[in-house]
Amino acid sequence: MNPEKAPIIQMKDIQKHFGSVIALAGVSVDVFPGECHCLLGDNGAGKSTFIKTMSGVHQPTHGEILFEGKPMHFNDPRDAITAGIATVHQHLAMIPLMSVSRNFFMGNEPERKVGPIKFFDHEYANRVTMEEMRKMGINLRGPDQAVGTLSGGERQTVAIARAVHFGAKVLILDEPTSALGVRQTANVLATIDKVRKQGIAVVFITHNVRHALAVGDRFTVLNRGQTLGTAQRGQITPEELQDLMAGGQELVALEGSLGGTV
Amino acid sequence: MQDATKPTAQTDERIKEISAFRKALIRPELGGMVGTIAVFTFFLLFAFDSGMFNSQGIMNWSIVSAQFMIIAVGACLLMIAGEFDLSVGSMIGFAGMMVAIFSVTFGWPTWIAILVTFALCIAIGALNGWIVIRTGLPSFIVTLAFLFILRGFTIFLPQVIERKTIIGGIKDVAEGDWLAAIFGGKILQGAFVWLGDAGLIATFERGTRKGQPVVDGVPMLIVWALVLIVIGHVLLTKTKFGNWIFASGGDAEAARNSGVPVNKVKILMFMFTAFCATVFAMCQVMEFGSAGADRGLLKEFEAIIAVVIGGALLTGGYGSVLGAALGALIFGVVQQGLFFAGVESSLFRVFLGVILLGAVILNTYIRRIITGER
Repeated sequence: MNPEKAPIIQMKDIQKHFGSVIALAGVSVDVFPGECHCLLGDNGAGKSTFIKTMSGVHQPTHGEILFEGKPMHFNDPRDAITAGIATVHQHLAMIPLMSVSRNFFMGNEPERKVGPIKFFDHEYANRVTMEEMRKMGINLRGPDQAVGTLSGGERQTVAIARAVHFGAKVLILDEPTSALGVRQTANVLATIDKVRKQGIAVVFITHNVRHALAVGDRFTVLNRGQTLGTAQRGQITPEELQDLMAGGQELVALEGSLGGTV
Repeated sequence: MQDATKPTAQTDERIKEISAFRKALIRPELGGMVGTIAVFTFFLLFAFDSGMFNSQGIMNWSIVSAQFMIIAVGACLLMIAGEFDLSVGSMIGFAGMMVAIFSVTFGWPTWIAILVTFALCIAIGALNGWIVIRTGLPSFIVTLAFLFILRGFTIFLPQVIERKTIIGGIKDVAEGDWLAAIFGGKILQGAFVWLGDAGLIATFERGTRKGQPVVDGVPMLIVWALVLIVIGHVLLTKTKFGNWIFASGGDAEAARNSGVPVNKVKILMFMFTAFCATVFAMCQVMEFGSAGADRGLLKEFEAIIAVVIGGALLTGGYGSVLGAALGALIFGVVQQGLFFAGVESSLFRVFLGVILLGAVILNTYIRRIITGER
C-alpha cells in the first residue's frame, strides 16, 4: 500500500479464546485509509470473531488494537462507533416498515427546537436522505418510501451510505454480497469502490474470491483462527486465494472432480 | 456496473408509478377514517331520530369513546414499540381501588391519594416492562400474569380492609380538591348555559334545575382523551423518541445496532400505558364517586381492538395514534349507537368480532403493500 500513509487500524497478534476454544490464535492485520481490505476465509475460520473484536463486540484475550496509532480498548460497540468504526451487518440494521429517511437517521435523529420542545427535523432528514441516495445512485420515490420496498443490494447501499454520512473512518462490511444476485452484487461492489475513493478504509468480509478480487486492494486469508498472510492486488491469483481459504489440500482433490469450477 | 456507478439518478423504468389510492392506503389512519365515515353515515340514516345526535346523545357516545381513547393511546404506542399490555383492565380496577382506600379508608387528602396511586401504578407498569426485558418472555404472558395478580389484589384488599368490594364516598372526600377536579370536573359550563339559553341544546323543562342545560359542560375525561391523543401523536410522529418507538417495534435488534436504547423505550411505554390506565381509573372513580373490584374488566382487549381498527400492526413497528383514536371513536359510537337504534345489545359483540377480523385482514394487506411483499 501507500508507504507514506499510516495504517488507521492495526490489529496486533489478536487472540480470542472462548473457554477452551481458541477462535483466534494470533492474527495481525493492518488496514490503511482508502483501501479495501478483503478478509477471506471459509465458514468457521474466525472472520466473524475477528471483526467483532475490531468493532468492540468482543474484547481480545491477548493482543493489541491500535487505532490511528494509539492503543484502543473498546468496551462495547458504542465505543468503536464513536471512534469511527462502523459495521454494516449481514442481516442489516434496517427496519423494513420504516421509511428510508427514518431508517437513515435512526439513532442519530436530527432535531429542531421549537420553544422548549425538540422535534425530529423531518425536512432536514428527508433532504439529506434524498441527496445521499442520489450520490449512491439509488432512485427513491420519496424519502418516505419504506425500506421494505428496496432490494437487498439497495438496503446494503443505504446502510453503507448511512455509516459514511455519520463519519465512519473504517467501514466493516460483513458478507454484504452473500445473499445478493449478480446485478445487486455489482451495485454493492460499486458502492464499496465509491466509499474507498473518499479515503475511508473498508474491511470487506466475504468467502467469494471473485467478489474480493473485483474491489480488493489487499487480501488477508484466515484459516482455523490464523492468518495465512496478506497479499497485494496482482500478487495472487484467484486459484491461490481459493486454495488458501480451503487450507490447501482437500480442495485440490475436489477440484479435479468438479473440473476447476469452484 | 456502468449505470450502477453513475452518480445521477434517473427514474427507474421498473418502478411503477403508484396510484394515489395505493398511496393513501399506506397511511395507517385510512381504515379508521373509512370506518368512522361509514359508522356515522349508518347511524345518521338509521338512528337520527332516536336522540343519538342531540346534546345528551352526543355527550353519551363522546364520553364512552373518550374512555376508549384514553387507554387506546397508551396501548397504541406500546403496540408500535412491539409489546402488549393485557393488564390494562386490571390496572384500571386496581388504580381506582387504591385511590379509594388511600382517600376514604386512610383519610389522606385526595390529591396525595391520587399522586401516590399514579406513582404506584406507573411503578407496576415499569415492573411489567422490566420483567419482559430481563426475561425475554413475550409481554403477552407477563402482562397476562399481572392481569390476574392486580385483579386479585383489587378484590382482596377492600375485603380485608373494609369487608366489601365497593368503596364509596369518594365524592364527599374529594369535594373541593384541586387535583380531583382535574379528573372529575367539567369545563365550558358557561358556553353550555349560553347554548341552552339560545335554545340550541335541550334544557330542563321542570324541577329545580329548570332552564339549565341538560348537558352542562364537557367532562375532564374528554379533555384528557384529546390531550393524550395530541401528545401521543406528536411524540410518535414528530420527535426523536417517536422514531425510537417505531424502531424498537420494527426490529429491536437492528434498532440496538443503530444505538437506539430499545429497553428504555419499551419500559417507558409500559409505564405510559399504566399512566393512561390510571387516568381512566381516576376519571371513572371521580365520576361515580366509588371504586368497585370489577371495574375495567375486558378493557385491555377493547383498547387493543381500538388500536387494531386504527391500523396498527399486532407485530409492532407500524401504526398511528390518530388511527387508534378513530378506532376508539368507532367503538364508542357503535356501542352506544346500537343502544339508541334499539338493536339487541348482544349483537354488539358480533359486530365487534366482524370489524376486528376485517381490520386485521386489511392491515396485513396494507403491510404487504408497504414492504413490497407479495
